[in-house]
Amino acid sequence: MLFLEQTLNALQLGLMLFLIAAGLTLVFGIMDLVNLAHGSFYMLGAYVAATVAAKSGSFAAAFLVALAAAAGVGMLVEWLLLRRVYGRGHLSQVLVTFALILIANETVRWIWGANPIDMGVPRSLAGSVALAPGLSYSEYRLAIIVAGLALAAALFWMVNCTRLGIWIRAGASNRDMARALGVDTSRLFTLVFGLGAALSAFAGAMLGPILSVQVGMGEAIIILAFVVVVIGGIGSVRGALLGSIVVAAVDTYGRAFLPSALGAFLPLDIATHLGPGLSQVSIFVLMAAILFFRPRGLMPATG
Amino acid sequence: MNIRTALLAALALASTPPWAADKITIGFLTTRTGPLSGISGEKLEGFQLYLKTTGGKLGRLPVEVIVADDQNNPDAGRQAFERLAKRDRVDVLTGIMFSNVILSVAPAAVQSKILFINSNVQPSELAGERCNPYIFNTAYQSDDTDEAVGRYVTERAHKNVALLAPNFPAGRDHLNGFKRAYKGAIAVEILPRVGQLDFSVEIAQIRAAKPDAVFVFLFGGMAVNFVKQYAQAGLAKEIPLYGAASTLEEDVLRGAGESALGMVSASNWNADLDNPANKRFVALHEKEYKRRPSLYSFQGWDTAALLDAAVKDVDGKIENREAFRAALRKASFSSARGPFKFGPNQVPIQDWYARRVEKDAQGQVVNRYLHTVVRGHADAYASQCKM
Amino acid sequence: MKLGATWWFGIVAVVLLVLLPPIASFTQQEFYIGVATRVLAYAIAVSSLNLVLGHGGMLSLAQGSLLGAGAYTTAILTVEATKDVTFLPGATSAWITWPAAMLVGALLGLAIASISLRTRAIFFLMITLAFNQMLYYLFFSMKVYGGDDGLGMAARSDLLPGLALENDTVFFYVALALFAIFTFVQHRLVHSRFGRVLEGIRINEPRMQALGFDTYRYKLVCFAIGGAGSGLAGALLVNKNLFVSPGLLDWLQSGTLLVMTILGGVGQLWGGLLGAAAYLVIEELLSAYTQRWQIGLGVALIAVTLYAPRGLGALFVPRRP
Repeated sequence: MLFLEQTLNALQLGLMLFLIAAGLTLVFGIMDLVNLAHGSFYMLGAYVAATVAAKSGSFAAAFLVALAAAAGVGMLVEWLLLRRVYGRGHLSQVLVTFALILIANETVRWIWGANPIDMGVPRSLAGSVALAPGLSYSEYRLAIIVAGLALAAALFWMVNCTRLGIWIRAGASNRDMARALGVDTSRLFTLVFGLGAALSAFAGAMLGPILSVQVGMGEAIIILAFVVVVIGGIGSVRGALLGSIVVAAVDTYGRAFLPSALGAFLPLDIATHLGPGLSQVSIFVLMAAILFFRPRGLMPATG
Repeated sequence: MNIRTALLAALALASTPPWAADKITIGFLTTRTGPLSGISGEKLEGFQLYLKTTGGKLGRLPVEVIVADDQNNPDAGRQAFERLAKRDRVDVLTGIMFSNVILSVAPAAVQSKILFINSNVQPSELAGERCNPYIFNTAYQSDDTDEAVGRYVTERAHKNVALLAPNFPAGRDHLNGFKRAYKGAIAVEILPRVGQLDFSVEIAQIRAAKPDAVFVFLFGGMAVNFVKQYAQAGLAKEIPLYGAASTLEEDVLRGAGESALGMVSASNWNADLDNPANKRFVALHEKEYKRRPSLYSFQGWDTAALLDAAVKDVDGKIENREAFRAALRKASFSSARGPFKFGPNQVPIQDWYARRVEKDAQGQVVNRYLHTVVRGHADAYASQCKM
Repeated sequence: MKLGATWWFGIVAVVLLVLLPPIASFTQQEFYIGVATRVLAYAIAVSSLNLVLGHGGMLSLAQGSLLGAGAYTTAILTVEATKDVTFLPGATSAWITWPAAMLVGALLGLAIASISLRTRAIFFLMITLAFNQMLYYLFFSMKVYGGDDGLGMAARSDLLPGLALENDTVFFYVALALFAIFTFVQHRLVHSRFGRVLEGIRINEPRMQALGFDTYRYKLVCFAIGGAGSGLAGALLVNKNLFVSPGLLDWLQSGTLLVMTILGGVGQLWGGLLGAAAYLVIEELLSAYTQRWQIGLGVALIAVTLYAPRGLGALFVPRRP
């Protein structure tokens, strides 16, 4: 029963991580842009959704506004600023996106204040559901899983069955060839960036009711997102999904079972102490291991 | 006397402090950036609110408050302290929120002979072996809140308790404090990461362990998340949650809302305490900032009140550090928390109150005083202090 | 490479720095001696990363942990001298603890690079990040040395009888001397055969391999040297603050070092000093002005990227191949 509950937790974390990582991997794969500030859209989505939900009482409105705001801000930033650093190489991009994180955090603090804000769970989903005898799981978390799966499916459909998707896959696979073949890369880039921002914001808005909406929440998640992108393969949406599930599983099961597993053959106080520490490191050990055997990730986008 | 000697003499005179202090400079080093900056800001508000009531004075001395940012980082905190000590030459240091910064700055403050009035929890080392005449505390020793909860939980006849605190030294200390006072069995001890936001894994572990109560030490965003998620998982009604003071403080209630209803914590102060000093404080705070004060605002206020009384006591002659310290030790002021006096290690001896989260007459989610768990409680490390 | 501009810059910088303490004492602003010391310590760390990145072509996020490891080495050895905490030996002399910090930095750098160099570019970056985090959590979980609460040193390292580092001015000059030595070594290294091979590897690794060079070994040594430099910077910082905590190894610190390196000018001799000075001074000035200083810092960084894309150091030197 505990295992089932933890598996659901892993699934929920994995799907949300996927939404964030998908945008990041597309941006990286197609535009060769290292965007450290990707987590800031996640934060923006949460803040905007929380504010709109509180003012209007409608969650649907909150989501739509959050997505629009993130996409809007994203495309604006891409057009005004990031466009200028595409050719400059990763170093300039690191510098610029690092600066954007600073500006985004401080601006959010300016507008919303320094304390975390509350985003309540929608009344209709505030309870728990008895999935099995002895296991009642939060309705809202189930809703997250459902929404995550739906969005993942929509993303896959878009990437595999539409013309935009073809352009995206072409761009991820071989940027110059795509341009040579007539794909309007600058519009594509703006669109992809906006899409990535919107996906990130969606994850932020969905997680807002569960997590504390606070300044700097993006930085906590961006590292995991980068790990997912690297494990999954740059530019690959399928890779991002696989990577997210793997990372979420290692993280969740590690936290849940490592301390007690260690307790089997280590004295209890060392196990309680070492367990959480080890589970924190396990994601990185996993990434190092995967890169050792598959240096380009599990499902790289290029041929 | 030639020009050169005159110049040197003038410089020498300019660089020695004046014989009598004509103002008191307070270095308020706190966390201004990062997610925990909100509660730090509240402490500053409480401090400044008190100064408003005295016309910007402590005793008869005008006050200069210099606010600096430690960024919740011992290295930056040390930097900021150097600025306060060497450039701004503060007389008193206060405001630091977190034990790792406190531990990095305290020795430096002592060395510079700056009075460090710690307005937040006192780490055990500073309450015990490394106590120092220059270090005072106006809040409480870290373990006190856990010991109070431990007592209360034992009083409520809970026999099997699950424990949760973040995996860092302060977190583990809090759990040890609880275990010192609680006399039952421990179902499970869970140590999530510091800064972790999703507790679904830990909540599942608590559920599986089937305890009859849960003790939680968390603060800030972590506390908000845990409380919300605990309620959403349906456990709030089944397994009562007891927290340390910070776990269910005002900022958490504002963030978690109704999820927190019914949860109990222990604190050395509550907004509805019935004494004249507190009533005045709460009324002034609500008028000025349009919201209820939190424990942190209270800590800022009370620190200012202590300083006011001490400066009055030495008639403004704070340059005589010995006398000033003695006046601080006397602590002859009315604290909004009720009875107050310093122990031999200069950490308060005070009463501890249990309080429960309920809705007040206006429908707001607040902490309501339940009962006094212990009176005149001294911290566990006082005996290790050789002062 | 035109030595003219770079040499002049160096002379002016050194002269200004040498004059700093007397000027500061005269104007009652001794606090800034401490600021300058911190800048010099970071300048050594950033110069080390500059060596690794600018000359070795390796984009690394591990320098923060190497700096932190150096700091911890010095602190642990110093603490062990007075309090017997574990089996590790103790020493308070700078002649032992500082080289020890450099050695630990170099060894850890060697270990990290030996595995990470199997990958390249963004993957290399991520693996170095992974190792950075592993070291961070290692120190975080070492309860015996303070864990998250950090480790304090009772006093600064002993340098020479009569030359107490407790005196901020003395400490400043020692830091300045070390920085000057490091820069000199860096300069000689870059212009030596080793440096030229490294440059060749940075520009076109397959060609160098075809020419018969063991490129892996060269990069490994470069990374280890960078680690030694970072370790030394760590020793200086922990002496300055008499305190070290795991926060020094956080990935955001490594990121900040990287930002300083890029800011100063990758591959520029004085890039380390410029980057550290620019970042820390802007931070210092802005935070005195406004609570919202991070916006100002962000804008400044963007401005540098757009208008001085090769970093501040390159403003003095013409384009290099």
